[in-house]
Amino acid sequence: MTRAPARTWTQLKPARRAAIPEGLWLRCPQCAKMIYRRRMEANLHVCPECEHHFRIGAVERVQQLADSGTFVRMFDDLKPGDPLKFTDLKSYRKRIVSEQAKTGQLDAIQAGELFIKGRQAMVSCLDLRFMMGSMGSVVGETITRSIEHATARDLPLIIVSCSGGARMQESGLSLMQMAKTSAALARHDNAGGLFISVLTDPTTGGVTASFAMLGDVIIAEPKALIGFAGPRVIQQTIRQELPEGFQRSEFLMNAGLVDRVVSRHDLRSEIARFIDYAGK
Amino acid sequence: MTSFYRLEFEKPLEVLDQQIAEAQSLTAADLLTRDDAKPTPSLTSLRKKHKALLKKIYGKLTPWETVRVARHPGRPQTRDYIEAFCRDFCELHGDRAFGDDPAIVTGFGRIGSIKCLIIGHHKGRDTQEKIACHFGCAHPEGYRKALAKMKLAEKFQVPIVTLVDTPGAYPGLGAEQRGQAEAIAINMMEMSRLKTPILSIVIGEGGSGGALGIAVADRVAMMEYSWYSVISPEGCAAILWKQANEQTNELAAQALNMTSQDNLKLGIIDEIIREPLGGAHRDPAGASDLLEAWIVKTLRELKAFPIDDLINNRYERFRKLGSYETVPLIVEVPSQESPSPKASS
Repeated sequence: MTRAPARTWTQLKPARRAAIPEGLWLRCPQCAKMIYRRRMEANLHVCPECEHHFRIGAVERVQQLADSGTFVRMFDDLKPGDPLKFTDLKSYRKRIVSEQAKTGQLDAIQAGELFIKGRQAMVSCLDLRFMMGSMGSVVGETITRSIEHATARDLPLIIVSCSGGARMQESGLSLMQMAKTSAALARHDNAGGLFISVLTDPTTGGVTASFAMLGDVIIAEPKALIGFAGPRVIQQTIRQELPEGFQRSEFLMNAGLVDRVVSRHDLRSEIARFIDYAGK
Repeated sequence: MTSFYRLEFEKPLEVLDQQIAEAQSLTAADLLTRDDAKPTPSLTSLRKKHKALLKKIYGKLTPWETVRVARHPGRPQTRDYIEAFCRDFCELHGDRAFGDDPAIVTGFGRIGSIKCLIIGHHKGRDTQEKIACHFGCAHPEGYRKALAKMKLAEKFQVPIVTLVDTPGAYPGLGAEQRGQAEAIAINMMEMSRLKTPILSIVIGEGGSGGALGIAVADRVAMMEYSWYSVISPEGCAAILWKQANEQTNELAAQALNMTSQDNLKLGIIDEIIREPLGGAHRDPAGASDLLEAWIVKTLRELKAFPIDDLINNRYERFRKLGSYETVPLIVEVPSQESPSPKASS
C-alpha cells in the first residue's frame, strides 16, 4: 500500500494556454480555413490567411510588445480577497482558486517596465483568461500603481485593455476602481505624462468607461469589440437589429472615438512612434 | 390616498390606513349623533399603532425590499428636491455640442444660503416625462452637459452638489456611437481634479458607471433607503444566476452589498442621511429637510479646507478603496529531508 504523495502548490502546473483549444490545426473563426497552429502563433496569433486577430493572454501580449528579455514584472504580489463573501451559484473564493489554477496567475493582470524598440515604458496588460479580464480591486490597484509609477519615473504608460468590465463579485469596490484609476490618470496628465491606451477584443463595461477611454492616444486592434453596454443588452433595450460592425474598432474610429486602428504586426512600431512624437 | 402605490411588504398597513381614513372622515356632526354603543378607536391610538407597525416593517427591510423603496414612484426626485431647496433655481441646458439631455438636470441655486451648482439625474414624474428622461438613464450629452457646467462652477469657485438617481447609463445605439464610455470616463477624471468642493448624494438608485459619472466627490452620502452598486440586482441575477426572477433578484441584492449600511461599511460612502419614518415617499418635505441640513453642514465643513488639500484628500479618498491581499514572494527552498526524484527511482 503506497499513499499518494501530498500535493503541494508548487506541483500544481497551470494548464497551458487554456483559452486556446488544443490541437495542431485549428479553424479560423473568420475565414473558416484550417490553419496550422504553429504558423498562426508565429504570426503573433493572427490568422495568416485573413488577418483575424486571435485573443491572447497577458503573458503572450507582453512577450509580443517587449524587446526580448526586457520585461521586468512589477506589483505581482497582489491577490484578490473576498470582501463581500460573495456567493452566486459558486462562491467567489472557489472561483478565484479555480481560475488561479487554470491560468497560473493571481489575477487578471500583468504589469511591469519594458523596452519597446529601445524606448523605455511602463506597461499594464489585462488578461482575458482570468474571469474574462474583469476589473476587481487587484486589477484596479495594479493599474493605479502602474500609473503612479509611470508618473513618478516620467515613463510613457501603455495599458492594453481586454475585459468584460467591472467584477460583479466585488460590487461597489469594483465600481470604485473606475474612479481610482481615472483619478490616477488625471495626475499622470497633470504631470505631462504620455498614456497610450490599446484596446483589444473585447473591451467593454467599466474598463471602457474608465482608463481605456482616457488615453492621450487610443489605438485599437482590428475588429475588436469595444463598447460600454454589451450588444445583447442594447438589442433588448432598443428592440431592433444592430447595424453590421456595430461596436467594432472601425465603427468606433468612424464615430470619432478611437485615433487609429492598428494591426498587431504594427503595434510595436506604432507605439514607438507615438513615444517619439509625444513622449519625453 | 386610495391610489397610493403600495409595496407588498407594506400590506399589513392597509387595514390601519383604512381605519385612519374612516376616523378622519368623521365630522363633528357625526361625532354628536354617533351610536356610542360601538366605540371606534381614537385617531391618536390608531396613528400610534400605524407608526409602530411602520417602524417594525422599515426596521428590517431586506436589501431587495430597499431596492423597491428606492424605486418607489412617490419617492422625491432631483427636481422635487430642487423645488424644495431653492426659490431661485436657474436651470442651464445643453452640452453646447449635441443636445440637451433631460435625464440630467443642471443649474445654479441656493441651498440654505450657499450658492451651489446642482446636478442630478432626473427620472421623470409622469409618463411623458419618464419617456423623455429615459427613466433616468442619461446619454453621453447628459454627462458632457454636467461636465461643462461643473467647469463653469470651478471657474467661479462655486461648490457642486450632485444628486444621483439612475438605474444606469443608457444602453443604446446612439449612446454608444456618441461615446457613452468616454463621457463617463472623462467626467470621473475631471471631477477628481476639479478645483471646487463637490458633494454627491445617492437619493434613489446608484446604478454603476452611470451613477459614478457624476459621483466622484469630496464627500459621498446615501439616503437611507437608496442603493449603490456596480450593477442592478436584476442584471446581476441574469448574468450570475442565469435568470432574473423575484427569487434570484433577492439573492443578488443580498450578495451585492448595495444598501447604504453596506456601502458605509465598505468605505464607499462617508455618511448615511436618515429618511423620515417609512421612507422619503411618505414624507417628501421631511426628507428634503434632512437632505438640505446635511448638505449645508457638509459644505460649511469643506469650506475650511484649502483647495489643494481638498483635491489631495479627494484623491486619497478614492485611492484607498479596494480590498486585496498581499502574498509574500515565494522562495523555493529545497528541503533536505525529501529525497530527490532521481534517488527515489
